[in-house]
Amino acid sequence: MPQVGTSPPRVDGLAKVTGAALYVDDIQPPGVLFGRTVRSTVPYARLDAIELDPDFDWSQVTVVTAADLTGPNVIALIVDDQPALVPVGGTIRHVDEAVALVAAPSKPLAEEARKHVRLVTSPLEPVFSIEDALEAKVLLHGEDNVFKRFEINKGDIAVGFAEAEIVIEGTYRTGAQEQMYIEPQGVIASWEGETVRLIGSIQCPYYVHKALKALYVLADEQVIVTQAVTGGGFGGKEEYPSMISAHATLLARKAGQTVKLVYERDEDVAATTKRHPSRTIHRLGFMKDGTLLAAEVDVVIDAGAYATLSEVVLSRAVLHAGGPYKIPHVKIVGRAVATNHPPHGAFRGFGAPQTTFAYERQIAKAAQAVGQDPFVFRRHNMYHLGDVTATGQVLRESVATEEVLDAVEAALAKEGPNPRAEGDSLKRGRGVAFYNHGAGFTGSGEERLKGQATLALLDDGRFCVRSSSTDIGQGAQTTFGQIAAAAAGISPDQIVVAQPSTDNVPDSGPTVASRTCMVVGHVVGQAAAQLMEQVQAYAKANDLDPSDRVAVAAHSPSELQATVTYRPPPGIVWDDQTYSGDAYPVFGWACCVVDVAVDTDTLEVTIERCVHAVDVGKAINPRIVQGQIEGGTLQALGWALWESVLYENGRVLNQRMTNSIIPTSIEAPELEAILVEVPYSHGPHGAKGVGEIPMDGPAAAVANAIEQALGIATDELPLLPETLDRLTRGGGK
Amino acid sequence: MKIELQVNGETRVVEASPIARLLDVLREEIHLTGTKEGCGEGECGACTILIDGEPVNSCLVPVAQVQGCELTTIEGLAASCGYAEAGATPLQTAIVEWGGTQCGICTPGIAVCAQALLRDEPAPSRARIREALAGNLCRCTGYQLIVDAVAAAAEGGQS
Ligand code: FES
Ligand code: FES
Repeated sequence: MPQVGTSPPRVDGLAKVTGAALYVDDIQPPGVLFGRTVRSTVPYARLDAIELDPDFDWSQVTVVTAADLTGPNVIALIVDDQPALVPVGGTIRHVDEAVALVAAPSKPLAEEARKHVRLVTSPLEPVFSIEDALEAKVLLHGEDNVFKRFEINKGDIAVGFAEAEIVIEGTYRTGAQEQMYIEPQGVIASWEGETVRLIGSIQCPYYVHKALKALYVLADEQVIVTQAVTGGGFGGKEEYPSMISAHATLLARKAGQTVKLVYERDEDVAATTKRHPSRTIHRLGFMKDGTLLAAEVDVVIDAGAYATLSEVVLSRAVLHAGGPYKIPHVKIVGRAVATNHPPHGAFRGFGAPQTTFAYERQIAKAAQAVGQDPFVFRRHNMYHLGDVTATGQVLRESVATEEVLDAVEAALAKEGPNPRAEGDSLKRGRGVAFYNHGAGFTGSGEERLKGQATLALLDDGRFCVRSSSTDIGQGAQTTFGQIAAAAAGISPDQIVVAQPSTDNVPDSGPTVASRTCMVVGHVVGQAAAQLMEQVQAYAKANDLDPSDRVAVAAHSPSELQATVTYRPPPGIVWDDQTYSGDAYPVFGWACCVVDVAVDTDTLEVTIERCVHAVDVGKAINPRIVQGQIEGGTLQALGWALWESVLYENGRVLNQRMTNSIIPTSIEAPELEAILVEVPYSHGPHGAKGVGEIPMDGPAAAVANAIEQALGIATDELPLLPETLDRLTRGGGK
Repeated sequence: MKIELQVNGETRVVEASPIARLLDVLREEIHLTGTKEGCGEGECGACTILIDGEPVNSCLVPVAQVQGCELTTIEGLAASCGYAEAGATPLQTAIVEWGGTQCGICTPGIAVCAQALLRDEPAPSRARIREALAGNLCRCTGYQLIVDAVAAAAEGGQS
């Protein structure tokens, strides 16, 4: 069986299905203390005092406030504006912001202690909506509440709109979305002298490493961050683990004991990052024959109270706002604004789903305006090899626009699963979405990151992959094993993947941006090939049998190793000032078609069919890739139809799984995922990223389908029955 | 108080409050951590175990209520089905082979629940499988490959 393009079972599968896999809360160190977090209940206020109830018995409780910090009070990320704990005299900027920490020998005592810490605050006037933030009557940040602004220009939109025979404009809104990984955030921290050890549910060990180094002013080797088996992340465990890790390590240092800090579900939903709410105003100009001429896009995302990752999310939002369409005149402006919501952050798709929703709604309306079939309209305007994007990037290779459209149309020609909705009052509709997603870091990001991977020969003759890319369910371990096995010409069972820990793996860059397989997998393959060469050269030089790797390992005085650093493909040029050039080394392409049945009595929507073709370059493990597409698709359908985060005065009202709904196996349709493989010359075996792309498009397809079924403009998400009710009555937002 | 439990065919005596959640007793007192907690309120199904053969959310059960009951957790599932040696039931193997587990945090609950379904209904339809698993949330897979795995493991299943 070839190592690549086949689907051996996941290497971590048996441990997971038998309950043997150890997640962070399954690790129960003796004598561990349990931590809890004291959080603000007001959205914006000065913190005047923190009071401990004098009638409570504090003898067994460790309490930490900002006064216990010895280094800078900051969670280091991009802009250092977020404190680990709000200090007395400082400003509370959102509800559920961490102010103090407690730890106790039992969970009930820790919870009780938390309730006996009182915060004295003087309220300030908060800002919650994007509109109010833009109006800037109340200033939360700088002079205009704008954390970051990007602008992209191509051609001259004044000329484009003047020439256009038809111009349409729409305003599109999307709501926050909770990642709702089933395992809440959690870490365990301990100190040995001046060295801190942390294990937890984390996507990016080196992000936590960086944050803890800054917080305590420690050297690299004094901070050891290890990833436990992680129960899902989807972006939600990209940045927030730095915060919870800061808290657990502060408690552990003060208590002089190991501390476990694992969130309850309601705390996780209330306090951790979610997908950014957005508002996009989109103007599109085109000819009566359907030729697109001009697009003007103004996207604003609600960053929440701190800058965190919002500028990077915004970057991806604007870079994807042009879609897979050839448009000669384009202007895209993006802004991330400050509000008093808890910070919004990374979630699969990372800004692209928001702008994809806007442009694919516009494209659906444009096709309708000129009376064209949605596929005909899209084919007429789609990119081909050699076309130039909004940032001026020439698409030099791997443009799979035609392939994904062909794949979907072929699938639709065949019968789908049986319609599921029943009743006399059903209206049906079909919606299309067609889009692309840039794989890997934006612009010069990979150049800066210099992601590394090491392959080492173990005593038992197997090759060990050492990288900081974490398996958070997406199958990184299995995929790396297959890539390394293929490169070394050995069987995948001769490869082991090390548990990522900053004391034994190099920094491969974060596990984000659909880069793990495409970028880190690429260097894993190169390192495996180099290690095999070393093994053979060593065997030859020492008269050993090169296939007897146990003997080679035993003979070699030191471990044989090969480390490779990622080098982006040559010729990538990106200008951060003008936001022009090669935004991504390559794009994945996709088309999703959704059939809906809407019950006109209840306005409930049933997804009757969902066909989703995604170009992945090359599927290293087709089964794993299929799982990525299906999982991402259902998250997108959830965002479109069922998942809503209700904020009231900056507080999340629906903090529990009972009222913060994600789709079950019943709402989920039979998913028809189609893998399209148009290879990328710089990915392992041609592979491109797949993690995020399936999240981008399906929501627009759902909205387009409901528009067709009900004849109403479905320009906002989520399309809950109550939203549809308002829209059918003609009410905008 | 002292409470006697029958867990995976063994008698375990624990010291616990009668109203302690069964989930906590299993995880923290008996150290059977394969049973997971995703919500603590009966929504996610990650804590599913079999009580006298029936799938139940152990986060909703006070421990005193199950004295004298036969409890099967994910750690004892294979043995309870006669697959002690193999360490996994054909259903569990199918879940791995089909890609029905990704992050895996939902997987023990799903395996336990689906195993009970196949015991009672050896050849369920896909719709029936979806219905039976409706109390087990999975955020990773979109359920497709889980349903495929259960269908494949069902009698005559080949999906
Ligand atoms: S933890 Fe019991 S149902 Fe979620
Ligand atoms: S595999 Fe991650 S929640 Fe189901």
